[in-house]
Amino acid sequence: MAIFLTKESKVIVQGMTGSEGQKHTKRMLASGTNIVGGVNPRKAGTSVDFDGTEIPVFGTVAEAIEKTGADVTVIFVPEKFTKDAVVEAIDAEIPLAVVITEGIAVHDTASFWAHAQARGNKTRIIGPNCPGLITPGQSNAGIIPADITKPGRIGLVSKSGTLTYQMMYELRDIGFSSCVGIGGDPIIGTTHIDALAAFQADPDTDLIVMIGEIGGDAEERAADFIKANVTKPVVGYVAGFTAPEGKTMGHAGAIVSGSSGTAQAKKEALEAAGVKVGKTPTETAKLAREILAG
Amino acid sequence: MDLFEYQARDLFAKHGVPVLAGEVIDTPEAAREITERLGGKSVVKAQVKVGGRGKAGGVKLAATPDEAVARATDILGMDIKGHTVHKVMIAETAPEIVEEYYVSYLLDRTNRTFLAMASVAGGMDIEEVAATTPEKLAKIPVDANEGVTKEKAQEIVAAAQFPAEVADKVADVLVILWKTFIAEDALLVEVNPLAKVASGDVLALDGKVSLDANAEFRHPDFEELEDKAAANPLEAAAKAKNLNYVKLEGEVGIIGNGAGLVMSTLDVVAYAGEAHKGVKPANFLDIGGGASAEVMANGLEIILGDPDVKSVFVNVFGGITACDAVANGIVQALELLKSKGEEVNKPLVVRLDGNNAELGRKILTDANHPLVQQVDTMDGAADKAAELAAAAK
Repeated sequence: MAIFLTKESKVIVQGMTGSEGQKHTKRMLASGTNIVGGVNPRKAGTSVDFDGTEIPVFGTVAEAIEKTGADVTVIFVPEKFTKDAVVEAIDAEIPLAVVITEGIAVHDTASFWAHAQARGNKTRIIGPNCPGLITPGQSNAGIIPADITKPGRIGLVSKSGTLTYQMMYELRDIGFSSCVGIGGDPIIGTTHIDALAAFQADPDTDLIVMIGEIGGDAEERAADFIKANVTKPVVGYVAGFTAPEGKTMGHAGAIVSGSSGTAQAKKEALEAAGVKVGKTPTETAKLAREILAG
Repeated sequence: MDLFEYQARDLFAKHGVPVLAGEVIDTPEAAREITERLGGKSVVKAQVKVGGRGKAGGVKLAATPDEAVARATDILGMDIKGHTVHKVMIAETAPEIVEEYYVSYLLDRTNRTFLAMASVAGGMDIEEVAATTPEKLAKIPVDANEGVTKEKAQEIVAAAQFPAEVADKVADVLVILWKTFIAEDALLVEVNPLAKVASGDVLALDGKVSLDANAEFRHPDFEELEDKAAANPLEAAAKAKNLNYVKLEGEVGIIGNGAGLVMSTLDVVAYAGEAHKGVKPANFLDIGGGASAEVMANGLEIILGDPDVKSVFVNVFGGITACDAVANGIVQALELLKSKGEEVNKPLVVRLDGNNAELGRKILTDANHPLVQQVDTMDGAADKAAELAAAAK
């Protein structure tokens, strides 16, 4: 089963002909993803050869969907053009758009998010500024290394790319149903709550690991959601206890403003919702192991 | 990026928000000529990026040009909540203020949209108003694409219960302020107070603006707005090299890949430090996914140049980047620094995990650099780095 992405997913890549797009399309193909096309209006009608696999390039997302039945797009276009690319994906009503690009102006994200709402939310957006998602053994939409771990029964949702990889590595022998990197920007499409709800409903997920970080109140709201709606065990980790107030820590959204958005408050909210929160990524993995071992 | 008041004033003026004349200076004597031009009197306002400067004595009226020089002399160099005053704005004195209002637009992360806030109870105590009588602060969501039209502005004005005689003028300001918010890619524009003066006009007497650094690609002027004087020299040097670096107070230098992993590394080092004389992380430094030898060298150079650093923890999880490339990067970085004549005399603890970790570890083992030691786990390496920093403290 897994969430959001399966072996049935037909994936297109917006920005496939650019250097990042090419590099990662190759990696996605190598990990078994069913890539059915790329989108670039200036190269429509051509194709790109990936080690013997010819991937056609379409002029628009709508055309790619029409010709291939694509239901997932992974977006690698540069930050200046990302908003238009996402709006195009929304207008074409593709069910899932994964926005990898980092450094997008928040007004652009706010704008495409508002557009998605106005269009009736037919497109699930993951990101921006995220590593994408992987359903090990089935499909990989984004830049998460496919060889860290194997299929299994843990669901992972995380704001951070490298902490996603670290956690997949810590629990690699157990394996994951799906791992979703939702990104660390101030406005993101899919939230912790969306992923928690999907993992709760997924019969192939037994335990959920949730990784958060300073900034905003997404973790606090996720804690409320867990309390009310999640019966599967959830293990949490929050990064940024030592982050000073008012400084952006790498991710545009990772900032403690005054007394809000602190790691301590997030940890306390999660613990109050019955989530076991680890002090380090390794300890968090250990907590997950203990729960799975019964 | 938070702006100074005078920068906010200039942006407001550029877009047509009604403001008073004002110029920024950094020497007291310059206050004389500006005050003369303003008609012989002025307000001398400390330029610091912190609230409460009025209550701290950072805003003074000057009735004559001489007095403006004297007040500027008093205020320049003053410490306001830990911020040294390097600049003052010499502003036109406000006409008689009848009422003080508050208006702002900001990013509402929780609801993934923008928010308008407005209150007729503006002025110095707006935070208390918000905390104790939240009903006096109207909060109206603004759709990013629909924006603030005159109609929307009237909705905000009605929600905040502005008096009828100023409602239209405030609505006009709200429309212009929205244009400012959008045109400048702001995360916050705030006018407090928006004053109603005796003539019945409304004027933006003070303001706060915060801009989105990610939007710099369409705002080449953002760079000029940066407060380079206040930046920590190490942070400035790191920025010049395109490194994502934040200086902290501790002794363990940190280099890692990925913002989340680096934040986590700081925390893990701080926990480990509890058992080692309370040492703490000295910085945040994310070298990103690509971690080339050059980037590694740049990062190491910044960190080794920090006199507070007693040990360095390089924490890399090889995702896309293979650990052998990272290990080669470390070896080459140390050689590069040596060839540049820089003294590398602080111990480095390296933890490599993930893609090609064993190969990477072998490269470091073979290089056998006297200052480099490897620990296989993140928690173990943090403990070792903290121990080494404590020993050198």
